[in-house]
Amino acid sequence: MSESEYSKSGSLRRRFFTQAGGGVALLALAPGVRLAELAIAASDDEPVSDKHRWGLWVDTSRCVDGCDKCVSACNEEHGLSGMDRPETDAQWIRKVDLQDEVTGRELSLPLMCQHCEEPPCVDVCPTGASFRREDGIVLVDKHICIGCRYCMMACPFHARAFIHEELSGQKTHSPRGKGVVESCTLCVHRVDEGRTPACVEACSNAGNDALVFGDLKDEEGRLALILDENEGVELRSDLELNTAVRYSEV
Amino acid sequence: MRRTAGKRLARGWIAGLLLGAATLCIPGVLFSDVAKPQIPSARGEQCVEPVEIMRRDHFDFMKHDRDTTVHEGVRSIKHSLAGCIDCHASRDTGGQFISINAEGQFCQTCHTYAAVKIDCFTCHAAVPATKVSQSP
Amino acid sequence: MSSGAFQILRPGKVFWLTAGVAAALALSGLAGAHHMESAGHWVTGMNNRVVWGLPHVFAVFLIVAASGALNVASIASVFKKASYKPLSRLSGLMAMALLVGGLSVLVLDLGRPDRLIIAMTYYNFKSIFAWNIFLYTGLLVVVAAYLWMMFEPRMHRFVGAVGKVAFIWRLVLTTGTGSIFGVLVAREAFGSIVFVPMFISMSLSFGTAVMLLAIILMFRLNNLPVKDEVITKLRSLLAYFVITVAFFVAVDHLTRLYTVGDTGVERFLLVDGGIYPLLFWAGQCLLGTVIPGIMLLTPRLAGRFPTVVASLLVLLGAFAQLYVLIVGGQAFPMDIFPGYTETSSYFDGVVAGYQPSLPELALGLGGIGLALLIALLATRVLPFLPQAPVDQPGG
Repeated sequence: MSESEYSKSGSLRRRFFTQAGGGVALLALAPGVRLAELAIAASDDEPVSDKHRWGLWVDTSRCVDGCDKCVSACNEEHGLSGMDRPETDAQWIRKVDLQDEVTGRELSLPLMCQHCEEPPCVDVCPTGASFRREDGIVLVDKHICIGCRYCMMACPFHARAFIHEELSGQKTHSPRGKGVVESCTLCVHRVDEGRTPACVEACSNAGNDALVFGDLKDEEGRLALILDENEGVELRSDLELNTAVRYSEV
Repeated sequence: MRRTAGKRLARGWIAGLLLGAATLCIPGVLFSDVAKPQIPSARGEQCVEPVEIMRRDHFDFMKHDRDTTVHEGVRSIKHSLAGCIDCHASRDTGGQFISINAEGQFCQTCHTYAAVKIDCFTCHAAVPATKVSQSP
Repeated sequence: MSSGAFQILRPGKVFWLTAGVAAALALSGLAGAHHMESAGHWVTGMNNRVVWGLPHVFAVFLIVAASGALNVASIASVFKKASYKPLSRLSGLMAMALLVGGLSVLVLDLGRPDRLIIAMTYYNFKSIFAWNIFLYTGLLVVVAAYLWMMFEPRMHRFVGAVGKVAFIWRLVLTTGTGSIFGVLVAREAFGSIVFVPMFISMSLSFGTAVMLLAIILMFRLNNLPVKDEVITKLRSLLAYFVITVAFFVAVDHLTRLYTVGDTGVERFLLVDGGIYPLLFWAGQCLLGTVIPGIMLLTPRLAGRFPTVVASLLVLLGAFAQLYVLIVGGQAFPMDIFPGYTETSSYFDGVVAGYQPSLPELALGLGGIGLALLIALLATRVLPFLPQAPVDQPGG
């Protein structure tokens, strides 16, 4: 590519066209045809769109007390090794054990970033590093996170972690480093390849099937069908965040 | 009285500027024979861009494509850091990959020469990804 | 007000000693920040549950006090009280110095302080924090302009107008600072609209206390006479501000106790939360409100020394208040699952621990040192201090 071509490709969109090839570019440029309408499911060479909204279903009746396969799968997938300092070590997903204060009934469930439609972390972030992708996945752009931790103050689920020390041996697909905030990415690198998040896969491999990943907007999809039949409890529903992670009962 | 003071002031400024300019030239004269960096050879046929363009603009390329990937989920990008590492990371005698930002390695050797700090590898892996078992 | 009424003074030994102490504090703050940044924040007491700690207590104190310190100048040029005019330059100077001190602490505590340029080039306008960045830097610009109007005789006629802008700006700024906590709906101790008037009253109280100390210190260091009239007026102003803060603190707690019915967090902050109720009742209420309030309203205690003690007590109470508000508010666990007791490996359902560390304390004190150093050195460069005794309206 010549230098002039490079300098022309300044805007994201134009860059996209040069990559997607002449035919698609022509189509997209044709009057009345919008890019979003051309987008198809989980393809990693086109921008994600709001045609999908990725979410999780947690069937707490199938979640086994004492099982933490989802947690170790997450730690393995993203290289969250920990420094044996529980107060500052990162946890993207954790098992919470609940006991009903009245009946004494016990519950065990996984808790992670709820990928809100109205995420408080995104609202408060001064630089826009906390953002919500078009397909609903809430992420931190670690290139522009300044490490102010205001998002951690705002998150109702205590779902985020600040990296308190220098790290080494990071995974190529999951960059993480000192001084910035991070949280569950819904395994965005897997989602973009059309795969399911590591926690869901591990839960399924263990035969528990307490976690179901899917597209909330796909009316024929498994997730939508489950939510048709079940209530689908939102955590902190009082805040009206419209979370993408729904629980069978809490 | 006032005018002479002004003249003296002006002369002072000019002398200062000349002296400053001369000082700026010192490193060029003294260190002009600093050895060019010895860049380790890469695998593969051809870089994604001509070498001359990559030398000057690689960060713009990577910064641009990183935003496309992080915010828009486009992963089939031409200029990815992982792509650089795949071709340019060297192995040690034991066959293990050496961090690309280690002294003398591809990224670091040039950045040492140019005295520019690399911020990528605080977060990003500095060796090629090892294929882990992938489920269907 | 003519510029002749102000002067640059010859520094004495005590002056340089004070400046030396301030510089040492600022340097140790830098050392603390450097340690935190190079080792990572795990060396501080802050963790994934208490994400803002001592540095933020100091930073918020300095920023809130900064806007309050400007009040003396506002009284002179907005409310046309001529007897405060000789102090208005010092008031503007203190506002800028405190703000720079506070912002430095805030920035040096960031996970990536090297990315300050990103904070200035990437803005999310939905974020109150982003707006605060504008408000803070904007106040520095407005006060600098305000001081220029005061220093430059040809610009005197604009002092009133610029003073009004500065006055409104500082009110908006404190509204912004209060909103940082006021918009946090997820946490029971925060997310209250009462934070806005409370922070404004806090700024008036902390800022006036700082100004009283600054006036007495600066004049002492320069062997300048300061007559009693202005001190007396500021003393009673401070007393009323202290009472106003106490009022809004009471309203804040009462709204949570009665209106919202959030008794859990109130029990924690007021009764059984360990260090936090202790700091609230002993630090904020007794030492920071009742005792200085009485001292300031007792005419027999109008001397320099009791005034200094009362002002210092107000500031002590300020720190206790901000510590309880910022750290205590995070220590109380969020109720993610109402009606259940929660246990996890990530400290759900339990009170979060926080042990302030030395680097954090050094960084916080460094901010105070920096503010003091800026204020002291500025009086050596430009005529900030009045020539005549303070209660003679200059010009």
